[in-house]
Amino acid sequence: MTTDALRLDGNSVAGLLQEIFGTEMTTAVGTCGGCGASEPLGAVHVYRGAGVVLRCPHCANPLVKIVKSETGTWIGSTGLRTLMVASSTVD
Amino acid sequence: MSFVSRGFHRRRSEDVDPARVPPGQYVTRDFPVLSAGPTPRTPLDRWSFSVTGEVDEPRTWTWDEFRALSNEEITRDIHCVTKWSKLDTVWRGVAIDTLLDGIETSAEHTLQVSDGGYTTNLPLEDLTGGKAWVVFEYDGEPLDPEHGGPARMLVPHLYFWKSAKWVRELRLQAVDEPGFWETNGYNNYGDPWREQRYWGD
Amino acid sequence: MAGAAVLGRLTWRVANVVDVDVETSRAKTISFDVPGWPGHRAGQHVDVRLTDEDGYQAERSYSIASAPGGTRIELTVERLDDGEVSPYLTDELRTGDRIELRGPIGGYFVWEPDEGGPVLLVGGGSGVVPLMAMIRRRDGAGSTADMRLLFSSRSWDDVIYRDELERRSGNGLTVVHTLTRTQPPGWTGYSRRIDGAMLDEVGPAPDQEPHVFVCGPTPFVEAVADALVRLGHQAHRIKTERFGPTGG
Repeated sequence: MTTDALRLDGNSVAGLLQEIFGTEMTTAVGTCGGCGASEPLGAVHVYRGAGVVLRCPHCANPLVKIVKSETGTWIGSTGLRTLMVASSTVD
Repeated sequence: MSFVSRGFHRRRSEDVDPARVPPGQYVTRDFPVLSAGPTPRTPLDRWSFSVTGEVDEPRTWTWDEFRALSNEEITRDIHCVTKWSKLDTVWRGVAIDTLLDGIETSAEHTLQVSDGGYTTNLPLEDLTGGKAWVVFEYDGEPLDPEHGGPARMLVPHLYFWKSAKWVRELRLQAVDEPGFWETNGYNNYGDPWREQRYWGD
Repeated sequence: MAGAAVLGRLTWRVANVVDVDVETSRAKTISFDVPGWPGHRAGQHVDVRLTDEDGYQAERSYSIASAPGGTRIELTVERLDDGEVSPYLTDELRTGDRIELRGPIGGYFVWEPDEGGPVLLVGGGSGVVPLMAMIRRRDGAGSTADMRLLFSSRSWDDVIYRDELERRSGNGLTVVHTLTRTQPPGWTGYSRRIDGAMLDEVGPAPDQEPHVFVCGPTPFVEAVADALVRLGHQAHRIKTERFGPTGG
């Protein structure tokens, strides 16, 4: 895939994801519903358009879309087959 | 709001007629680049634009055919849902009225489809009557890929996510099909003057 | 302590500026005391939020430069001329000012001494900041793990942490510079953009299975990561943090 100078990666939305999910998510592993590849969310590509889009770094399939308003946040994850969050080792 | 950062000010926009600024927007002189995905790089010799769907005869134009159509210079204000507005932007493009000229349809809805898969939906009447264009120049220069080149849609009366970058197809449909952002929280219509940003606005 | 720094909902805290230090003509290190700071891991960042009198807010992320220790954290900020937040942080902030921030944030782009080495750190410009936290953490923990920093800067005067990197070299830490635009008289080091040949010379070799961390502008990070994979490094051992088109 050619370089797109504007793209970022999941680290850039780590705070937003933690706000939404209540836990650290860059180490959560997403499996792409398009090509089946698995990557930690810290490694997926992130684009900022009208909203935020997390895309598979292998096939560019949109995994997660995030639209944040003053009253709430919409999270669409139809492009994700699964998301795996490791059990906490600290309670 | 309790906390204020001493000495921090948003970059001030110059004085503008407030009647030109929709609610909740601020005017910028920049042209921020926002994108939902990687920049497509379709070479012109493989580019085409099509009108498809509920039409008697689908139409397709190659780049050369598209550029041979009558086009015009358009100066409009544009408004992004992320709150910036840019006034008096200058484009050159082909009116949707020109592209649909002579086409028979009973469709009331449209879907713009772009390279890379982005889509956005609009009523057909929001694209006709001099309200929309497929543009290929910005500010007198060929449209930059990061701003949607070689050609993008321009529908300035609505929030700018309704103007698809890298547009390749206009589908006329009997059914309204919410697009990339409309299925994920952004308003189905998107009128900046009624501040229709999100679902329920 | 490490767990507390990773889990749970983030809250905005008010931090006090306790020091501002010049690093280069474009970069400054700002030290904050953050009451209630839970500690952090090397590689993590904070989100900083600025609010003006009209309620307008701007938010940006900055890597934590300092190793964990108490309630003090340091951020090294490079001024982007057309930036909205960085010029405020580098030009306006003074000791005694307060700022809102939340963190620590991150879990993917982190290194702990107990992971050991070898470790390859590749930084472009201000991309060195989270890598410096790893270097400082390594020293603070008394680790002698093989850690190598390959650091790309425009010129000798633009090298952030230049003197400190020289002081810390040795004891298993190797620092290699490449200066891509101008070099000082008598310079015998690298003077080009990082490429496969340079990475091959700096090492460690792929069969040593190093942990690799690459940080800087997006084109830099992607070029380096691609070159590493072509050399034979496993993609999943290369962790990347992109700072956007021109850097953070």
